[in-house]
Amino acid sequence: MARAVTQQRKIANTALAWGIGFLIFFPILWTILTSFKTEAQAIADPPIFLGFDWTLANYEAVLERSNYGRFLWNSIVIAGGSTILGILIAVPAAWSMAFVPGKRTKDILLWMLSTKMLPAVGVLYPIYLLCIQFGVLDSKIALVIILMLINLPIIVWMLYTYFREIPGEILEAARMDGASLREEVLYVLTPMAIPGIASTLLLNFILAWNEAFWTLNLTAAKAAPLTAFIASYSSPEGLFYAKLSAASTMAIAPILILGWFSQKQLVSGLTFGAVK
Amino acid sequence: MFCKNSVYAATALSLMAGGAFAETITIATVNNGDMIRMQGYTDKFTEETGHEVEWVTLEENVLRQRVTTDISTKGGSFDIMTIGMYETPIWGANGWLVPLDDLSEEYDVEDILPAMRDGLSHDGTLYAAPFYGESSMIMYRKDLMEKAGMEMPKDPTWEFIREAAAAMTDRENDINGICLRGKAGWGEGGALITAMSNSFGARWFDEDWNAQFDSEAWADTLNFYKGMMDESGPSGYASNGFNENLSLFQQGKCGMWIDATVAASFVTNPEDSTVADQVGFALAPDNGLGKRSNWLWAWALAIPAGTQKEDAAREFIEWATSKEYIQLVAENEGWANVPPGARKSLYENPDYQEVPFAQMTLDSILSADPQNSTVEPTPYVGVQFAAIPEFAGIATDVSQEFSAAYAGQQTVEEALEKAQDLTNDAMEAAGYR
Repeated sequence: MARAVTQQRKIANTALAWGIGFLIFFPILWTILTSFKTEAQAIADPPIFLGFDWTLANYEAVLERSNYGRFLWNSIVIAGGSTILGILIAVPAAWSMAFVPGKRTKDILLWMLSTKMLPAVGVLYPIYLLCIQFGVLDSKIALVIILMLINLPIIVWMLYTYFREIPGEILEAARMDGASLREEVLYVLTPMAIPGIASTLLLNFILAWNEAFWTLNLTAAKAAPLTAFIASYSSPEGLFYAKLSAASTMAIAPILILGWFSQKQLVSGLTFGAVK
Repeated sequence: MFCKNSVYAATALSLMAGGAFAETITIATVNNGDMIRMQGYTDKFTEETGHEVEWVTLEENVLRQRVTTDISTKGGSFDIMTIGMYETPIWGANGWLVPLDDLSEEYDVEDILPAMRDGLSHDGTLYAAPFYGESSMIMYRKDLMEKAGMEMPKDPTWEFIREAAAAMTDRENDINGICLRGKAGWGEGGALITAMSNSFGARWFDEDWNAQFDSEAWADTLNFYKGMMDESGPSGYASNGFNENLSLFQQGKCGMWIDATVAASFVTNPEDSTVADQVGFALAPDNGLGKRSNWLWAWALAIPAGTQKEDAAREFIEWATSKEYIQLVAENEGWANVPPGARKSLYENPDYQEVPFAQMTLDSILSADPQNSTVEPTPYVGVQFAAIPEFAGIATDVSQEFSAAYAGQQTVEEALEKAQDLTNDAMEAAGYR
């Protein structure tokens, strides 16, 4: 009897999880479906779910009008560069906060997080003027640095949480065996925290990929990533929903594929330490 | 041998010289049909001049924020900006734009429609060349009007429109007598209600910059709008903008739609519209007070002051807004697809006169006067806006209050009261009062 109840509960939980998953994924699915419709079908009321003539015309139109490859490359460089740079700075920072905390470590952590509370538009002009001053407006390097700084608090916080789960004794043992600080971080701590670092990398790559305030405001023709590519298909005067959906699908496809293949690492990293 | 080398050297030098004059210009523009079409013809410009063009296409509101940041900080990201009638006189007055006062003779600046030229000038100096212009007009279903036993006059009154809307409404068949913008935003519902208020004798400010939302004319405007839309408008009209109404009209769910003249080419295109062969046009309504409720807008090309490529930018503007460009588009895509509303000569062209909405578009544009848009005098220029930097922010807040009233979240009186207070507060803070 007990087994039957457990079985039923299992089925109910699974159904619920799939239901919620489908609900979350539905807007993305709808965007993908719309990208294969004509503009007239895209706005049809009642909406057409699957019974339409599938067309690739929107993708052809988007590829003909925009240089997708350039936008994609810029996104990869900006998201990848800012994430890697962020990790390089955050690993030593999180190490020191986790293993040799000072009196003010907690305050520093909170202060770092507080920088996320300022609305980005509040510093648009100072950052814009700085970019002009340094001649880096519409350049990938400016965005790599800015997105790194924006995501750094999250990276440090995530790594700090993972590092705290690693027993300090192991590092102490390494030190007793004569490991230098660099060796301790590189050969003992980092391999143990690989799942945490991997999920931090992935999550921040996704955050940087989707960032749409600075990437739109600091770029023009040269460094514009996929967020600008999507924005070029949105219009308040004209129905371009099907083309906009095609552009959106092309913009999210790489990150969706990356997320699909790395979901195990992502989930294990995000739940790291949760069942200790 | 010497001779041969000299020829090579001369050729190389001339190529280098040619290369020195060929520039790459960056143009920021909006995503709409005419602008995208222009991008497709860029190769022709490059062929003719040697200049390369890089496009930055953005959604209208994103573009507005992006170019404002750049021009106010002298960022220099763009050599040409696509801006509207609202920004041009303000930016021109600030010295942010290069005056377009020495355009070539062949360009024929006199051919630009006077309403457009006035709206894109400051103190008589042209600061942006119109790529296309628009006003607003009534688009209506001839079959539904006939079924209702009524006939649309060329220049109807608001009373007639309300009556016709009620007669055309058929809730069972999902047909709404009238579709109008109600969405918050100064360029969305704000534009419609401001243009409409002009025909009711309302104005945003008196001569001393005092808000006028406590006037009877504004109460009449809003009560009329809400009454008519509640009777004959689509459900959820408070959140409908241009695209939502276009979609409804194309699917045969609107008897009438008063909106931008550029919509005429969409609703008469059989590929997208189910009612393409049933659409008639009329001037935007009035109330017998001498002002109609149509607006005036232009998307225009301007050169930000400080660009290093002013000559190449000027060449592009002359090319893109020329009579020859219109001819080029007509030859390749037909007269219905040329950028409308900018040049007089287009409307004198017999081929263009055959386009069903051509004359009504011109009449609508000609009947809008940005210098004198209201019944009572005002200190501002503009039909559906007041050309002052503070307007966009204030009007967005005001239109949010209005949309809340349309949606039934507050009364019209409450919305007007809040609009009055917030406008006066903002104008006081900005030093106008």
